[in-house]
Amino acid sequence: MSEAREGKAEKLHRLLETEGDAVAENTRGFNRGRYESTDDLPAYEALKDEARAIKEDAIERLPELIEELREAVESNGGTLYVADDAADANEYVRDVVTERGDRVVKSKSMTTEELELNEHLEGAGVDVTETDLGEWVLQIADEAPSHIVGPALHKSSESIAELFNAHFDPDPPLSTPKELTNFARDMLLQDIEAADVGITGANFVTADSGTIALVTSEGNARKTAVVPDTHVAVAGVEKVIPSVEDLAPFLELIGKSATGQDVTSYFSLFTPPIASPPVAFDRPDRPMGEDPARREFHLVLVDNGRTAMREDEDLRETLYCIRCGACANSCGNFQSVGGHAFGGETYTGGIATGWEAGVEGLDSAAEFNDLCTGCSRCVPACPVKIDIPWINTAVRDRVNHADGDGSFDFLVEGLTPDEEPGGLAPAKRLFGNFETLAKWGSRTAPLSNWIAGSRPARWAMDRFVGVAAERELPAFQRRTLVDWFESRGSCVAPEDATREAVLYPDVYTNHVAVERGKAAVRVLEALEVRVVVPRRTAVGSGRAPLSQGMVDTARRQAERCRDALEPELDAGRDVVVVEPSDLAAFRREYEKLLPAGDFERVSGSSYEVLEYVFGLLENGADEGRLSAGDDEPVDYHAHCQQRTLGLDEHTVAVLERLGYDVTTSDTECCGMAGSFGYKSEYYELSMDVGEPLQQQFGEDERRVLASGTSCVDQLEALLSRPATHPIELLAPDSSAR
Amino acid sequence: MSTETLDSFRRNAEHHHATVHETAPEDVRSTVASLIDPPAVGVAAGYDLPAGIETNPTPTELSAANTGVTVASVAIADYGTLVLEDDAAGSEPASLFPERHVAILRTDDVVPSIADALGTLGPRLREGASAILATGPSATADMGELVLGAHGPEAVDVVLVGEDADAGETAGDGDEAGGEADR
Ligand code: SF4
Repeated sequence: MSEAREGKAEKLHRLLETEGDAVAENTRGFNRGRYESTDDLPAYEALKDEARAIKEDAIERLPELIEELREAVESNGGTLYVADDAADANEYVRDVVTERGDRVVKSKSMTTEELELNEHLEGAGVDVTETDLGEWVLQIADEAPSHIVGPALHKSSESIAELFNAHFDPDPPLSTPKELTNFARDMLLQDIEAADVGITGANFVTADSGTIALVTSEGNARKTAVVPDTHVAVAGVEKVIPSVEDLAPFLELIGKSATGQDVTSYFSLFTPPIASPPVAFDRPDRPMGEDPARREFHLVLVDNGRTAMREDEDLRETLYCIRCGACANSCGNFQSVGGHAFGGETYTGGIATGWEAGVEGLDSAAEFNDLCTGCSRCVPACPVKIDIPWINTAVRDRVNHADGDGSFDFLVEGLTPDEEPGGLAPAKRLFGNFETLAKWGSRTAPLSNWIAGSRPARWAMDRFVGVAAERELPAFQRRTLVDWFESRGSCVAPEDATREAVLYPDVYTNHVAVERGKAAVRVLEALEVRVVVPRRTAVGSGRAPLSQGMVDTARRQAERCRDALEPELDAGRDVVVVEPSDLAAFRREYEKLLPAGDFERVSGSSYEVLEYVFGLLENGADEGRLSAGDDEPVDYHAHCQQRTLGLDEHTVAVLERLGYDVTTSDTECCGMAGSFGYKSEYYELSMDVGEPLQQQFGEDERRVLASGTSCVDQLEALLSRPATHPIELLAPDSSAR
Repeated sequence: MSTETLDSFRRNAEHHHATVHETAPEDVRSTVASLIDPPAVGVAAGYDLPAGIETNPTPTELSAANTGVTVASVAIADYGTLVLEDDAAGSEPASLFPERHVAILRTDDVVPSIADALGTLGPRLREGASAILATGPSATADMGELVLGAHGPEAVDVVLVGEDADAGETAGDGDEAGGEADR
């Protein structure tokens, strides 16, 4: 492994060891909770659409809403300050604070983390205390948050007890979560009572009323805003929404998305200055009602790159984010290593790349942006339907063009007819051009497989290109699916066919997993579909370069793929796809890569193979022609992108209909995620992400089924027994032509 | 308020760790009295509260109180949520500082959904009002597992005041602010 890769691998290894368990338990718990609480929500999809529409409208009309908000805040007697950048915001807050005193209490706010407000205030001699219990733990431990919702979720209660006992030396020492909570509450109350100014963030700000909406469970935001007589709220400009009534979908969605709680304990809707009398502990014996309220309120809206993000086609959606953390909780890699591995100055996890690219710049975003494998499991988790994988792809593309050391490019030169300028990292270049590699591999198999499997070659691949030596490499087949079909032809005459379909010979099915391609042809033919596998359609979908952030190359391939499929569509054929990630490209990413009409045409006529079988059976095809299950128990892992598209259900339905007793996997992603698990520096992480699969399926001896090529590879590595694509199980007679 | 909405409110409030006590208007005083662990602070305009509740507390009294009594102006059946509006009498700290929060709520004020509650709150917030939507006690999971009672109360009791012919005369317009006195 190269030094840079080794450093990365070491950091991941250390985080897996130290924070992995606590992060895994918490994020997976939140994620399960999200499924449970949203399952109960009849209007879930409609609420997400409503939430998204409100944010789309708000960001569109942002300048106008800020002016409306200004009027509302000022007519209430408060002040609105729009800060251009971090320095501007910090200076404003410092001036307000130092005029009033030198003790500040804060409730959790990622925006102030972004500004590094605490450091700034402390530099001006102000004593700052975080009142969110998790943030307070981090303040004592002097650590950065690892999760936007649970900043300290990487810490176990044992480690917090150790920290408190060492730091405060309480007698008797603290141990249980209840003791720790009570201790923190009492300590923090003293700070709140003594504070001159309370600083909060804002989850939403309503332009019509000047209301600050804060979502909390502990109640610390309420105390922070209500006890001191000066309240400063700091929020990004993107938090402004038009009206109070617009809060409804967000209040329904935020707790469920964040921690799987049906609802959080408190939604504070403060329209400052609030009527409640300040709790003036410096005059502890005067009735509060008699203390004349002299409340002051400042709302600081921070731009810090957001206006530019609004103008940026790829980053704009980031501004719809309500910071619920669902994207992090649903992310296989995040579940294993947590936010400290994702890097970034402030934000971590799924959407962090968008935030970091927008507010900190590309360097910060580039750091660990690789950890997004594009599995897309965050997409249905996001309450505002942000296409987070696309943001990661777009940023990766920018990073590709901004750096990359270019050394050892010669190794993959010639295998890489891409559209990318020089300097792209060799591993990216190799995986992004997998199509060419596969063609070469098939042509020279079995020699190519032998060379690729030899120790010197594996060493060189690890050292220079970053292909993990532990991984079994795909074995290229000399006789491709297209070759096979060309000599065999179709077994269903046009006049006997109920439908005609082209089986898309994706790079893997054509060169590596040829058997599943043959099985797919046989299954479809058994159901009276006339299948063709034309050589000219054997082109990459663009998936491989896309996953490396090589957007131009991906676009060129998408166009080529469209051109290859067009005559088939003109002939009235359906397109049947075996590899789920290719179907995901057709159905999701082509929207970004092709003109709208072309996208609709290709995506509208393409089907995942078992989705297609499901449709045929529903329409009266004879299931008796397929291989029946006779109650055979099978373990099935759906491909991540297939699940995002909702296609796993079709596979399960077909298997059950044919009499298989199916156990489906509970994990979001197998961890292999296309090329990710092949990379030397990510091998260990990839295997760790797969661990829940091993736990679920490892003990039994059932047949293992998986829809994606990389899932098959990963399951075989994890379980040490063979795995197959479900279509191979259904194929009627494998001895036939 | 339909029985269905009320049932849903009860079920969801209890699900979120609040305890619902049904009572008739004339029994509010005794019900509240039975729930209080003195010292107590509270604000409940229009209700005849039992003796021993400090209605204009000092910060010291607020800090020392074990129970806080307030009135919820609206409640949301879907989540068992109480809407607590702020007022100059200090309802907000009274509902937050003590370990037990006793909220008085009229059955007439229970609405089905969050959207319904915001429909009522929208105009008031635009007039400058503030409100808390509180569901169950304060909670945290930051110390490794769920603990009730972090910065806010550990227990929430809802005194659900049923309809009654006499009360109907002065209430039921659905528009009472937290401090309204004529209930
Ligand atoms: S991107 Fe979506 S899922 Fe992720 S934090 Fe933002 S709103 Fe939540």
